[in-house]
Amino acid sequence: MRNDEDARPSPEMLLRVAQAEEAESERAKLKIFLGYAAGVGKTYAMLEAAQQRLRDGRDVVAAYVESHGRSETDSLLDGLEVLPKAQIDYLGVLLPEMDLDAVLARRPQIALVDELAHSNAPGSRHEKRWQDVEEILAAGIDVYTTVNIQHFESLNDVVAQITGVVVRETVPDRLLDNAVEIRLVDIPPEDLLQRLHEGKIYIPEKAALATEKFFKPGNLMALRELSLRRAACRVDDQMRAYMESRSIEGPWPVAERLLVCISGSPYSDRLIRTTRRLADEMKATWHTVYIETPGGNKHTRENRERVWRDMRQAESLGAQVATLTSTSVAEALIAYAVRNNVTKIVVGKPSKPRWREFLRQPLVDQIIRLSGSIDVHVVSIAQEQIALPKNASRPSMPIPWQGYLKSLILVLATSLVCEPAHRYLAPTNLVMVYLLAVVLAASRLGRKPAMLTAFLSVMAFDFFFVPPRFTFAVTDTEYFITFFALFTVGVVISTLVSQSRERAEAIREREVQTASLYYLSRDLAVSSDLTGIVEAMVKNIEESLGAHIAVLLPQGERLEVKKSSIDLTLDMKESAVADWAFKNGSPAGRGTDTLVSAGLLYLPIATTGNALGILGVKLKDEADYTSPLSRRLLQAFATQAALAIERVHLSKQAEHAQILEARETLERALLNSISHDLRTPLVTITGALGALMDKKSALEAETRDDLLAAAWEEAGRLNRFVGNLLDMTRLESGALKLKRVPCDVQDLFGCALAALEPQLGKRRIEVRVPAELPLIGMDMVLMTQVVVNLLDNALKYSSRDSSVELAAGLAAHTLTLTISDRGPGIPELDLARVFDKFYRVPVPEGAGGTGLGLSICKGIVEAHGGSIQAKNRDQGGLQMKVTLPVN
Amino acid sequence: MPNLKSNAILPRVLMVDDEVAIIRFLRSVLDTGEFSLHQADNGHAALAAAAAVRPDIILLDLGLPDMDGVEVIRRIREWSQVPIIVLSVRDGEDNKVEALDAGADDYLIKPFSVAELQARIRVSLRRSLQQSPEPLFNCCGLEVDLTHRRVVVRGNEIQLTPTEYDLLRLMVSHAGKVLTHGQILKQIWGTAYAEQQNVLRVNISNLRQKIEDDPSRPRHIVTELGVGYRLKCD
Repeated sequence: MRNDEDARPSPEMLLRVAQAEEAESERAKLKIFLGYAAGVGKTYAMLEAAQQRLRDGRDVVAAYVESHGRSETDSLLDGLEVLPKAQIDYLGVLLPEMDLDAVLARRPQIALVDELAHSNAPGSRHEKRWQDVEEILAAGIDVYTTVNIQHFESLNDVVAQITGVVVRETVPDRLLDNAVEIRLVDIPPEDLLQRLHEGKIYIPEKAALATEKFFKPGNLMALRELSLRRAACRVDDQMRAYMESRSIEGPWPVAERLLVCISGSPYSDRLIRTTRRLADEMKATWHTVYIETPGGNKHTRENRERVWRDMRQAESLGAQVATLTSTSVAEALIAYAVRNNVTKIVVGKPSKPRWREFLRQPLVDQIIRLSGSIDVHVVSIAQEQIALPKNASRPSMPIPWQGYLKSLILVLATSLVCEPAHRYLAPTNLVMVYLLAVVLAASRLGRKPAMLTAFLSVMAFDFFFVPPRFTFAVTDTEYFITFFALFTVGVVISTLVSQSRERAEAIREREVQTASLYYLSRDLAVSSDLTGIVEAMVKNIEESLGAHIAVLLPQGERLEVKKSSIDLTLDMKESAVADWAFKNGSPAGRGTDTLVSAGLLYLPIATTGNALGILGVKLKDEADYTSPLSRRLLQAFATQAALAIERVHLSKQAEHAQILEARETLERALLNSISHDLRTPLVTITGALGALMDKKSALEAETRDDLLAAAWEEAGRLNRFVGNLLDMTRLESGALKLKRVPCDVQDLFGCALAALEPQLGKRRIEVRVPAELPLIGMDMVLMTQVVVNLLDNALKYSSRDSSVELAAGLAAHTLTLTISDRGPGIPELDLARVFDKFYRVPVPEGAGGTGLGLSICKGIVEAHGGSIQAKNRDQGGLQMKVTLPVN
Repeated sequence: MPNLKSNAILPRVLMVDDEVAIIRFLRSVLDTGEFSLHQADNGHAALAAAAAVRPDIILLDLGLPDMDGVEVIRRIREWSQVPIIVLSVRDGEDNKVEALDAGADDYLIKPFSVAELQARIRVSLRRSLQQSPEPLFNCCGLEVDLTHRRVVVRGNEIQLTPTEYDLLRLMVSHAGKVLTHGQILKQIWGTAYAEQQNVLRVNISNLRQKIEDDPSRPRHIVTELGVGYRLKCD
């Protein structure tokens, strides 16, 4: 039973298979023609395959094919569309390169791209051709390409070992891993050499050189085996995947997981490659961790940069990477291993001298002691081989000549001080004075001068004070103990002091970074809109890096500079680079390997999803572009900003949803109101007309008049309501455009009164307009409507014998219009609500309004930039106050 | 049947509207025996009828199926000064000004009251049937003697500045008809002032102070909101 269950593919497995298949069908396919040396016939094989596809009716285009003048290869190009090459101008020389944009624009089904490992001419979009290929694949175009085995990253050092030639043009292994098909192009080395000698591969002079350097039978055989093994490995993988997915049981062991710990030493790189190879052979997944400990010299800038490089390297070789913090490397490593079900830990053979093991248990021993059921692989690393290039690439530190000079002076000065004292003090006590000098040097001059001071102190002490004086000879051999102690103490102190200084330096640096990140996040937290966020970004990044910044955000289809440092402008070319970085969601420009000729570095501002914008940075120093420190800080800035921008987007969406909801509620209210307010008058009108039509003769004159009057009144009401609805719609749809013209306020009141002539009757209206009131800019038509609505309400809600007052006043650039009545007023609680749509004050005499009048007033007044308020008057009645700004 | 008998001398009214209901309504309210009624239901028919019938007044809807009413006004104005009253649901001031500037004499927004329509028709007809403007205007206590440049308000002669007088004279000679801001400004101040509404407003305000009882509730010079002014004459 159990076996059955085990044999059935697990759901996770099936899901993985399904996902892989899905990805497969969507993604463009990469086919690699893999060879082990130039001349094995990769290009030929690729072209043959292309011809076959062409005959199958596929759209095949030669994006870049290098025939090296071989006629048989050339003949295979017949019938293929060959895209013209781009000519890149580099230092006055035109270099032919693949025209990436032409390929993308042409959009064939299959593009042929020769020589995957090729480095593009400076000024191209990408540094390497494989990046071009990835972009073509991303565009959904299948690619056929050729490459030699020695160009693969993980085999790089093995190849160097075998052939003695360091291959600079490398291709990440993931291309090989992700390729749908690998065609191994293989001929026996003897045939290859034969072809070489016949001049089929290189021109004769070059061929001789090549034979000498590379085309040695031994090399060729080794490379051939490598390529066969790599291809077999792929086949094996596919077989395994197939069998797994079909639940075919096989003799494979349980999945292995490897773990390698790196320290930032120059050998870590080797360790990573070795682990990758081990993992490949074992079909294992692998992890790379870096464990930060508080002690040690792990805080130096150089060391941290190396760790960063190594981690990226491991990542590109397919490892899962993690950085841990712990006081004990071994404990943290084992804890991580257990947590991640690691089966094997890979460590390098200890390189430190044996005597140091006496002081401190070697890491390997610690790990082995703690490892429990986990295997520990100790691999050897040929140090001398790689020490050279590493040293060469490391920037040489300046020699502290000044410090050495100072330490010399310090020791001389100490000797001078000791000279008069030595008569009163035992020589051993003089040692203490020298020790003081060493401590002083360690704390002031740094490690190397301090060590020199210790050495010089020993010498000076010996020379000046140990009898016989003024010679280096020593009569009492006990003094050797003093010398040894003085020197050792000096070295230890100077090491300790310099370490603590470095640590303090590192902490300060981190502190500065943390502070700048903190300031940015604080500024971002308080900015509620994009403008604020962008301003905070520019300000903070400018300050903390001393760089010039441009922030680009998408505006519709295009990317536009939202804000930039004052003296920074982006031309067409720069914008294009930013555009590329945005579309592809990866860094571009200076300091990256894409479009390196750009003036700025462009980083996508991205969260987990798509890029939200681009951060363009112009740093002070050329070295800063590649420095992991500044890159990491910039990345952190970009991430912070991305989160803030996303937050704004989300809150906008939420706001939008809220508005939609509010609108829906309003629409419901509107529909209710419309059905009520439109139908009610219609009932009266149709009823009255119906009655008149049916029995006009039977009706008495008085009844007839009543019916007519009612219908007439209701028709008027209907008309008013429709008018209000139209006004409201216009106000809300934004179709309303103010036409500000200079207006006479008296005329304004006059027009309102004229419009209400029928309702006014004999009502007393008091109009107070100051005589010297100038013409005031407003939309007269709309403002008249405001006064009409307010006045109409005042008339409706107050008794017929009370007066209504209209007044205007001008003070401090504000025009105030008040409409006051002596009616019952409005309950205090409702004062603010009266301007809401469809709010109706309960009416005593059925003079029901539409519930829109006041909200229309509010809309119009606010469109003028003014405000409207309702207030109950002290002696009873309501006062509506409209204030308008006057400019 | 008085309208059959004296068809020749009755004022001819041309009604232009594509809504059958409106035509029917207009027919029923205007069929009082005072007018002879003609109708057209689109712009081209209206132009043809205007030439054939030679109406004394045209009631014109703006929203016609084949061409815009304003265009109809322009084409008629190319050869005829027949009074045109626009009847439209378009209540925007821009629409009014456009129609009036194109040459319409009056503008009524639907729905309108029958009494209002009849009054406007009467005013327009009176004005068009007059051979020459009456030299003496007298209405509701305002007397203007155009020959002697005298203005009397309820028996008292008042003094006007030359501009105010020009303004009043212009309104008197178009009494009852809406004059747009642009029309008044062009007539009194010249084309260059066509946009200077504040000049006009100040002068109207001053004129009202002199001729109105209560300038807040003017009875003579009525503001047509967003369009212009009209001198009331009944």
